[in-house]
Amino acid sequence: MTAVWLTIGGLFVATVAIKAAGPLIVGERELPERAYDVIGLLAPALLTALILTDTLARDQDLTVDARAGGLACAGVAVALRAPLLVTVLVAAAGAAALRAIT
Amino acid sequence: MTTTEEGELPGEAERREADRRERFRAGLRAGLGFGAAAFVVGISFGVVSEPLMGSFAPVVMSALVFAGASQFGSTSVLLSGGSAVTAVATGAMLNARFLPMGVAAAPALRGSRWRRALEGQAVVDASWALAARGKRGFDRELLMGGTLPQYPGWVLGTLIGVIFGGALGNPEDLGLDAIFPAFFLGLLASELRRPHAVPTVIAGGAIALALTPVLPPGLPVLLASGAALIGLRR
Repeated sequence: MTAVWLTIGGLFVATVAIKAAGPLIVGERELPERAYDVIGLLAPALLTALILTDTLARDQDLTVDARAGGLACAGVAVALRAPLLVTVLVAAAGAAALRAIT
Repeated sequence: MTTTEEGELPGEAERREADRRERFRAGLRAGLGFGAAAFVVGISFGVVSEPLMGSFAPVVMSALVFAGASQFGSTSVLLSGGSAVTAVATGAMLNARFLPMGVAAAPALRGSRWRRALEGQAVVDASWALAARGKRGFDRELLMGGTLPQYPGWVLGTLIGVIFGGALGNPEDLGLDAIFPAFFLGLLASELRRPHAVPTVIAGGAIALALTPVLPPGLPVLLASGAALIGLRR
């Protein structure tokens, strides 16, 4: 439980600091152009890594199960430009349906 | 709102104020949809985190951190046996995108530098994306209006999740474990509209999958952020 509260406190401070950093920096001088080239790519790199590990990893094993089916359903919803709410509901329904029939 | 700036026609300040309120309301309307999504994802966060954290800590976390991806990311590190340091580092890296987002928003925010740092806390993915599309550069009113419904949606959803998680049954039977990758995919889709992100997506995914069998959970995701260094090649 100590680890939980340390995580909450640490992440709270880190998140506030990260969100405050942009407005604080802009008051001074701009970051070098190349820094933005890297920072702007952090989100796609991390989101992809999270999607794949949340969907395919069980601890250190890689497996394909109903989560992958749910993600495929979400992919269809995203391709059809569905709102975020619809996308997550479709993914849950897809994964739940796959588990119900297997 | 009675002061009139020099050189302005009479009524100009009132018109600008009315326009500002209209854009705030437009943000609120869009934000209600975002808030509904945040509510559902918040429920799944409550359900998933309750066995690890109990019923109080997840609500505190949502109220303080208010950043879904990093909460799910750090919680899954803890759930899989990772340390608090790894969990915070993973969560912080997942929030690193708020830095360039904050830089983009900063000129449109108001007041002193510290006041703008406070207003910058309103930056969350969906409303940032909405506000960045504004006609006049970044739109502060769309950001604020878009974020306002998401905060109660996220915190209340978490509360409902931890209270009724048991009654809802096994989160996996409901497919709730598929919700967060789907939510991330929805966010990634808007990133992929920038074609130069594609090599990073491929490299980040490859790093995460290649390292999953050999490193403790959490570290593959953290190290996948190295794929962003592709940006140096441009």
